[in-house]
Amino acid sequence: VINTIAKLAKTCTLRLTVSKLYFILSDKVANGGVSMWCELCQGNFFDEFQMEGVAAEHNEIYLELVPENLSRALKTAQSAKAVKIKLTNKHCPCLRVAVELPSLSSSSRIVTHDIPVGVIPRRLWNDFREPSVPDFDVSIYLPTLKTMKSVVERMKNLSNSIVIEANLRGEMNLKIETDLVSVTTHFKDLGNPPWASEDGCQSPAQDGDLERVAEARIDIRKLQQLLAGQQVNPTKALCNIVSQRIVHFILLHEDVSLQYFIPALA
Amino acid sequence: MPLSTQPSGSGEPYVLTASLDNARHLSSLLRAVHFRDHATCFATANGIRVTVEDAKCIQANAFIQAEIFQEFSVQEESVTFRINLSVLLDCLTIFGTSSLPGTSTALRMCYRGYGYPLMLFLEEGGVVTVCKINTQEPDELLDFDFCSTKVVNKIILQSEGLREAFAELDMTSEVLQITMSPDKPYFRLSTFGNAGSAHLDYPRDSDLMEAFHCNQTQTNRYKISLLKPSTKALALSCKVSIRTDAQGFLSLQYMIRNEDGQICFVEYYCCPDEDITEAE
Repeated sequence: VINTIAKLAKTCTLRLTVSKLYFILSDKVANGGVSMWCELCQGNFFDEFQMEGVAAEHNEIYLELVPENLSRALKTAQSAKAVKIKLTNKHCPCLRVAVELPSLSSSSRIVTHDIPVGVIPRRLWNDFREPSVPDFDVSIYLPTLKTMKSVVERMKNLSNSIVIEANLRGEMNLKIETDLVSVTTHFKDLGNPPWASEDGCQSPAQDGDLERVAEARIDIRKLQQLLAGQQVNPTKALCNIVSQRIVHFILLHEDVSLQYFIPALA
Repeated sequence: MPLSTQPSGSGEPYVLTASLDNARHLSSLLRAVHFRDHATCFATANGIRVTVEDAKCIQANAFIQAEIFQEFSVQEESVTFRINLSVLLDCLTIFGTSSLPGTSTALRMCYRGYGYPLMLFLEEGGVVTVCKINTQEPDELLDFDFCSTKVVNKIILQSEGLREAFAELDMTSEVLQITMSPDKPYFRLSTFGNAGSAHLDYPRDSDLMEAFHCNQTQTNRYKISLLKPSTKALALSCKVSIRTDAQGFLSLQYMIRNEDGQICFVEYYCCPDEDITEAE
């Protein structure tokens, strides 16, 4: 998980609650407007989990960290017997990752990494709220990520922006167009996820609805970054498109959910 | 893959139509000549020739004969256009370059004629990609006038013998010197780099030597930076023929066997380096 986050964000916020961990990136200009929300249940990853928040009513901790540092520390843990992560505050707040490695002698080796983190004060916690699902025009399941990854990588050599177009018949097109060349890839039979509407009943697709097409032009590098970070096929992968505004990707694995928002280019 | 390629309404047929079940048969050959961005495509009923040139002294040609294609039709005597080879390769490999067993990309190529873009239809696993690549005026191509009657020296080698040598050429040397002779050292590759000179000799009775026809001792030097790209063609090939003529012009012909066992050719022509050529 950390490797995927590290590929997507240089710095992000880690929010710890009693039951879950969240990696958050909010849509500031510095990110090119991209925002990310990644959620995982601590029970699926940790045998032991203890935390104490700022105060009883707000039993949460918000930290700012560079995921690449955490990723590098965890690389040492590939063949570890055990890994312990502690939040300490010696001269400055740090995440101390202690990795117990197997060794030939009876006593094991322990490698410790101290990763500096910033503690985010409670008054700023509102900046990191869970983003709501936008009012999308079309929602569609993504094609096999491997194929999508190959196509987008090649298209990245040819153009800076890509248009994602999809309809309610389970069809999606990826298009690029430059002076030299235009390339369109057509995906079919993808399926559209059913979303229950606000008033509790699913509105049946009207004939007119089936014709609805949504499209957005986004920075191709951001899309490629997202796809490159997916090493394993997600259990579910879909995207919601708000025409000309934003594309919202939802990738679900067994223990992790990742939401990624890419804004449309002007 | 029955894709309708009739343009709507105009009734004009395509001057070039070609279908290939496995696009790799084309893309791997084109990669072997891809050392500049632009290439000239020349198609006749016999097949397609793709030419890339550099510095007015080197020319590489990839020949894909009509028999390689499942369908091939050229409506005029010849069709020529210039195209961006990097873009063409990106499109041909749109579904990725790794060859998984059993999967291949099917290709259909159509060209309406002068001024029209080249259309590519690629399909893999039910996903279809359509590409429209703009074409340009073809350039004048160099004519090396290299014909078999003028050949002075000729050697045919099995490629595996040369592969390592070419991959490890001392690139700090400005030139690659090729000596071919009926007497020792028979066939020698030399470089003169920062660390010193290196000589690689191939005896005429070596197992790798398939044919040895040297009439005159010739030593010629060629700019190494121009010849280095030929390593790609060498890597794909099973045999290579090395020929020189009286002026020291070099012809390298690579015989390449594709995944289906069909044979294609790639050739490189190179001028000798002006200042230092001697024919002893």
